[in-house]
Amino acid sequence: MSLTTLDIQRIANLARLALQPDEEARMLDKINNFFGIVEQISAVDTTGVVPMAHPVDAMRNSPEIALRLRADTVSEPNQREANQQSAPAVENGLFLVPKVIE
Amino acid sequence: MTSSTQELHLQSLSELASTLHSKKASAVEVAQHFLQRVQADSTGAFLDVNPEATLTQAKASDARLAAGNGGCLEGVPIAHKDVFVTRDFVTTAGSKILANYRSPFDATVVQKLANGVNGQSGAGMVTLGKLNCDEFAMGSGNENSAFHAVRNPWDATRVPGGSSGGSAAAVAARLTPAATGTDTGGSIRQPASFCGITGIKPTYGRASRYGMIAYASSLDQAGPMARSAEDCALLLSAMCGPDLDRDSTSLDVATENFSAKLTQSIKGLRIGIPQEFFGDGLAADVRTAIDAALKTLEAQGAQLVPISLPRTELSIPVYYIIAPAEASSNLSRFDGVKFGHRAKDYTDLVSMYKQTRAEGFGEEVKRRIMTGAYVLSHGYYDAYYLQAQKIRRMIADDFQQAFTQCDVIAGPVAPSVAWTLGHNASDPLADYLADIFTLPASLAGLPGMSLPVGFGDAHMPVGMQLIGNYLQEATLLNVAHQFQLATDFHMQSPQGGSAL
Repeated sequence: MSLTTLDIQRIANLARLALQPDEEARMLDKINNFFGIVEQISAVDTTGVVPMAHPVDAMRNSPEIALRLRADTVSEPNQREANQQSAPAVENGLFLVPKVIE
Repeated sequence: MTSSTQELHLQSLSELASTLHSKKASAVEVAQHFLQRVQADSTGAFLDVNPEATLTQAKASDARLAAGNGGCLEGVPIAHKDVFVTRDFVTTAGSKILANYRSPFDATVVQKLANGVNGQSGAGMVTLGKLNCDEFAMGSGNENSAFHAVRNPWDATRVPGGSSGGSAAAVAARLTPAATGTDTGGSIRQPASFCGITGIKPTYGRASRYGMIAYASSLDQAGPMARSAEDCALLLSAMCGPDLDRDSTSLDVATENFSAKLTQSIKGLRIGIPQEFFGDGLAADVRTAIDAALKTLEAQGAQLVPISLPRTELSIPVYYIIAPAEASSNLSRFDGVKFGHRAKDYTDLVSMYKQTRAEGFGEEVKRRIMTGAYVLSHGYYDAYYLQAQKIRRMIADDFQQAFTQCDVIAGPVAPSVAWTLGHNASDPLADYLADIFTLPASLAGLPGMSLPVGFGDAHMPVGMQLIGNYLQEATLLNVAHQFQLATDFHMQSPQGGSAL
């Protein structure tokens, strides 16, 4: 299976990346090269195998290891100024973005 | 100041700690010594230094040493890979999109190595600066840094490995006695191998990922890089431990004193030798060095057991589907709104996102985001992403099968010694294929390490990989330490790297 330029344009839009035409061509070439080695995975019989999203999943035989959620309580103080110090545009403690509603 | 100043950079971590505790040199003097070496660096290992901040930390260390309440590595310098966020230093993850970014907090690992977390005492180390790496840790040669490449101190025309290339080069050139690294698919082990130093990636979840800029969250893991297994044991003991409120994948496993466990004889230890790691793809010079190292371990009483990790080759496509999939999600936060670069020219919100990301990310990062978005997209998810996750489980199971026959697994870290700069520039797939021996343990979440075991062609260092079962870091470090008691590869340092 090979991707086309249209695929690249569609994915670039999903990934919010503006690509120049020459970049698109390079991307197509390199990604297709990569998918050349990906195809071997389709030949593997994975019937009945549970997908492994996470290594902790494979360590389950150890009782002390489990995924967990912390208590749903406020733990962090308000650090708005520190958190916004590297923002490109802020005003009155708000992040500025281009107008989205007319 | 004693006449031994010029030797400070040749001291091990425990030697430096005792130099400091016995007041033979102050933390400020030690910091100044290493800062001078960093000034004379010719490898490009550092992305940010801030002598004022370093010396302020060193003064605080001197005060604690004087008061007799210093940490175990009080005043000993360390430098951090630039994917760990730091308050006192710029943090870029090697990317233009984060140029000049300053974090409002320190990563947990950084805190633990310095002053400690939430009032618990830390190791007391002093930060020298931030280390170059492949952009967002995506690369195997450090050539994907948006700022500049890193040169291997053993041969300036070669790469130091990646993605923790700055960390490996800085330790090898004795610009810092220790460094942190991160390992997603081999990024601690492979540069350690290429630069002739020792590095360990612990079990996934041992070290907190809080404040480690995410690449592939189910694989990313922090670890130490230093000269010896003994040094790595000190660092790893300080870095690990539960961080349950800040990292949902942090293991609830108590801190361990790895240094106290370096005294075991390896007599009778069963070392598994995976046949798939010794195939045609392995360069002859690397094979010769690894074979000699295995003989040394055998002479020390270990027993070599042939094993099989049948899906070793499949780990390449599996990793390069899963890691980019996670990256495409993680890197969506770089949108020009909350931090980092924002494009100047755009027409609306979406074009602002697209232009910002187009300008801010390098080619390899864009490629992985694209690959990830594709394998997660409608119609391809099952065939690629889900199938990769299933094979990931089979790879993890293969290791459990192997560990019924052996206690640790040994083999090469990489198929060759460090390649020359620019060699793989037009062929990213060549970089991917070179990760073949480090990817399987990463996918399974197992601890793995690299230790220097000799030299190959052009006198470039060769590293041997040790892989252990979950939470068996102590075993790996002990085997490496026993090997280093009998050999001196870890004591050899390159001529290059610093003009001093």
